[in-house]
Amino acid sequence: MLNPKEAMNRIRSFFQKPQRDADLDAEIAAHLEMAIEENRQRGLTPNEARRQALVRFGGVESAKEKHREARGLMSLDILLQDVKYSFRTLGRDRGFTFVAVLILALGIGANIAVFSVVNTLLLRPLPFNNSRQLVRIHQKNPKGGESSMTYSSDAMQEFQHQTRLFQQVTGYFAFSGPANVKLIGKGQPQPITGLLVAGNFFPTLGVEPILGRQFSTEECLKNSRPVTMLSYPFWKRQFGANPSIVGQTVDLDGTQYTVVGILPQTFDFGAVFSPGAKVDLFIPAILSGDMEDWGNTMALVGRLKPGVTLAQAQAEADTLFPRLHFDLKHPDWGGDYTAILVGLKDYVSGKLRQSLVVLWCAVGMILLIVCVNLSNLLLARAAARGKEFAMRTALGASRGRIVRQLLTESLVLSLAGALLGLLMAFAVVTWLAHQNSIALPLLANVRIDGAALAWTLLIAIATSVLFGLAPAYNVARDNLQAALKDGGLGAGEGRSHNRRRSILVISEVALACVLLVGAGLLLRSFLRVLDVDLGFEPSNAAAIRVDFYESDSVKRGVMLQRILQRIEQIPGVETAGISDNLPMSLNRSWNILPKGHPYRKGEFPDTFVYVVTPGYFNSIGMRLVKGRDFHWDDNDKTLGTVIVNETVAKYLWPGEDPIGRLATIAGGDARVIGVVADVHETNAETVAGWQMYLSATAPQYGPNGTYLVVRSKLPPASLASGVMGVLREINPDQSANEFRPIQMFVDHASSPRRFFVILVTAFAGLGLLLAALGIYGVISYSVTQRTQEIGIRMALGATMEQVWRDVLSKTLRLTLMGAAAGTAASLVISRTIAALLFNTTPTDPFTFAVMILLLGTVALMAGYLPARRASRINPMVALRNN
Amino acid sequence: MGESKLDLLQGTLDLMVLQTLAAMGALHGYGIARRIEQISGDEILLNQGTIYASLVRLQQRGWIGAEWGTSDNNRKAKYYSLTEGGRKQLAKDAAYWLRLSNVMGRVLSMPKEAEL
Repeated sequence: MLNPKEAMNRIRSFFQKPQRDADLDAEIAAHLEMAIEENRQRGLTPNEARRQALVRFGGVESAKEKHREARGLMSLDILLQDVKYSFRTLGRDRGFTFVAVLILALGIGANIAVFSVVNTLLLRPLPFNNSRQLVRIHQKNPKGGESSMTYSSDAMQEFQHQTRLFQQVTGYFAFSGPANVKLIGKGQPQPITGLLVAGNFFPTLGVEPILGRQFSTEECLKNSRPVTMLSYPFWKRQFGANPSIVGQTVDLDGTQYTVVGILPQTFDFGAVFSPGAKVDLFIPAILSGDMEDWGNTMALVGRLKPGVTLAQAQAEADTLFPRLHFDLKHPDWGGDYTAILVGLKDYVSGKLRQSLVVLWCAVGMILLIVCVNLSNLLLARAAARGKEFAMRTALGASRGRIVRQLLTESLVLSLAGALLGLLMAFAVVTWLAHQNSIALPLLANVRIDGAALAWTLLIAIATSVLFGLAPAYNVARDNLQAALKDGGLGAGEGRSHNRRRSILVISEVALACVLLVGAGLLLRSFLRVLDVDLGFEPSNAAAIRVDFYESDSVKRGVMLQRILQRIEQIPGVETAGISDNLPMSLNRSWNILPKGHPYRKGEFPDTFVYVVTPGYFNSIGMRLVKGRDFHWDDNDKTLGTVIVNETVAKYLWPGEDPIGRLATIAGGDARVIGVVADVHETNAETVAGWQMYLSATAPQYGPNGTYLVVRSKLPPASLASGVMGVLREINPDQSANEFRPIQMFVDHASSPRRFFVILVTAFAGLGLLLAALGIYGVISYSVTQRTQEIGIRMALGATMEQVWRDVLSKTLRLTLMGAAAGTAASLVISRTIAALLFNTTPTDPFTFAVMILLLGTVALMAGYLPARRASRINPMVALRNN
Repeated sequence: MGESKLDLLQGTLDLMVLQTLAAMGALHGYGIARRIEQISGDEILLNQGTIYASLVRLQQRGWIGAEWGTSDNNRKAKYYSLTEGGRKQLAKDAAYWLRLSNVMGRVLSMPKEAEL
């Protein structure tokens, strides 16, 4: 049947429509003239000759239409006509078009934005070659923070040699914080972030430098020439993307590092491994001859051989890891390692899956509400246009043609909405991608890509069908004569119309109810999280990283004391203290045992350790429950001092006074001198772990950082210059690190929850608004329809109040039915988000009550305006009209 | 009138047009329509206008050609003529049609069971 020549000709004819039509007109004219002439020759009068010719010819227009059908692309023709017509009708009804497009844009835009996030975080593979082969390896019990997730350099190298199922095993140093390196150049030293990575880190991930080369094997050996690779943003920012930097040296903390390579723009370490962090440059970790004494510091990532499953690799790891050594120089120490293998993608975003799915469902519901709303608007419009359609039907348009026309109109609307929504989504997504304060992985990679565009088109079409079908069905079903008669004297439209619209509103209210309850539960959880007693007081405290390292404890003590004395002299500073690590940022863990207790691996959990100065507890707002704070002379080499948190005290010395007890820490003895309240060291939601605090002046405990914490009522910004002045005075090389409020660390830790709560709440608000709009539309419409009826009732003595109450009770009825359905659905659905809630039950009666009350109030407000209008109807005017 | 005249089966008009052109040579739309009416003895129901859909279809399939020309009484008209492809198609369709009508004839003249 498919004739290629004909297909070509049809396409050609489609584009030559005017010429072909003119040609046909001429042909038909000639035909008729010949027929008339022949008839006249047979002796007919001119009029009769013409009449008969036309009769024999049949309908001229219908012949032309058939000709076009046989000649061109009929469906495309109709589509173009419909689109043109749609533009005309929609242009005439600007108010309606504006509202409809705006509603659609909000719904579709929200969907595109969330899809882009979901696509990047969940659906799209990680931005590495064959990323499914990549596996994160960590220990079974992550209770002790990073230290119990990581492995020693010896263990890592042993595993590299022994594994048969991994192509490559690599790792990075898990304990470097932001601004840990000073870039020394012209002017003040600049704080930048460097990261130690195993030499095969980038080859394992499949990341190739865009300039230069990878680290060589020699460069990962002790005493080799120091080298570094730069991240793309750092290269661009610091060196103006100058390619000649490769091969040159940069001064890091006083050592010259040769730049050997520039990493591609697509590689963002922070996005994948450490949400929110920006790493500027990478330095090869010297695994042998340097890092053995550092303990468990390497976070492991491996690439499986092709075809190897995670389960197979896990089985191998289960046999290999327990045999690995912590330190090959002391084979008797025993590593007691365990390993859990998780696909890197799962490791990065697995925890977020549920939240993202919930978010996705929420925007899906928004879209449904939008569809229902639009459906409702279109139904009202279709009712008003009933006569137009009847007229067109009478003029010969088929029902199918009118339905097609209506669907085209929906499609035009929804594509316009999609276009505007795309713009909105683009703005939102661009904004999101630049939010470093949100600790969500891969967020920086979020963008509107081809998949998002395809998704947009898909939902635009699906939406148009969804909301366009009901009104189109309505028209198709309508009786021609009834429609022509309808709209006559006060007839209004049938009950069935109204019922359909009521059902739509009820379902809209129900959907909004589900959204509100879900958002309410998440919001309540979030408030509960904010209410958690963190064990320290983030407000009015700020911290700055001090560039200072002194291995000699005596000199260290003198220096730290000097810094604190000078800082406390700054006007407005209440107290100051120093710790090597801050809560809710980096952490490390050791072990603490009651003295005399034999060490058995796994008996006691790893214990977070903080090396602090006197006054640190006060400055960060921790509470000393018992005993005393450190003194500067807590520096006994043989008998250390330790302050434990309540959890440690409770487990190690149950029912006893822990003060004065002896404990074994880092191979030596220490006396417990105090107990502090538990601190939420990772985030507010997890239970506090074991924590201990050691004296910064004790020679046996080396701090691994220096953070100055200042407590002051003044805003940090106004103190920053004073603090920096003091630090520079003491150490001229102090780099310009940021003086950050402690609250920032807390906010960062809760940022994923905040992110989801804000989005879900916004969507619920949007849903509520749309539902209110729907209610308003229906009630307002029914008031308009019943103007005369109301006028008659008022003329017969109904009071304003009665009319008013009548309209409001209709509103209330719709709302109650919707809320009832919504509540029932919420009770089921809320169970599925139970895991996302914090200290809140999925059936939290308070949340349900508040949300339903809110819904009811807004609904009544939406019904109030039409009710007021109804009660102000002047019977005389109402009856005279029409 | 509907009852006494034959409705055209799908595709039959195309075949009639092809045959008319084969028999008459180049002809305009009106001439083709008149000729078919005459031959059929006014037995088929044909709106002359519908011939043009058939003509454009055949033309776009490459079976007939068209050219504006002048009629006997000096009138401009579009003349259609059979192409080589059209001749082959006509032979094919005619053979098919004859076979079909043959079969139909046999089937319809089947005696009733009682008469066997």
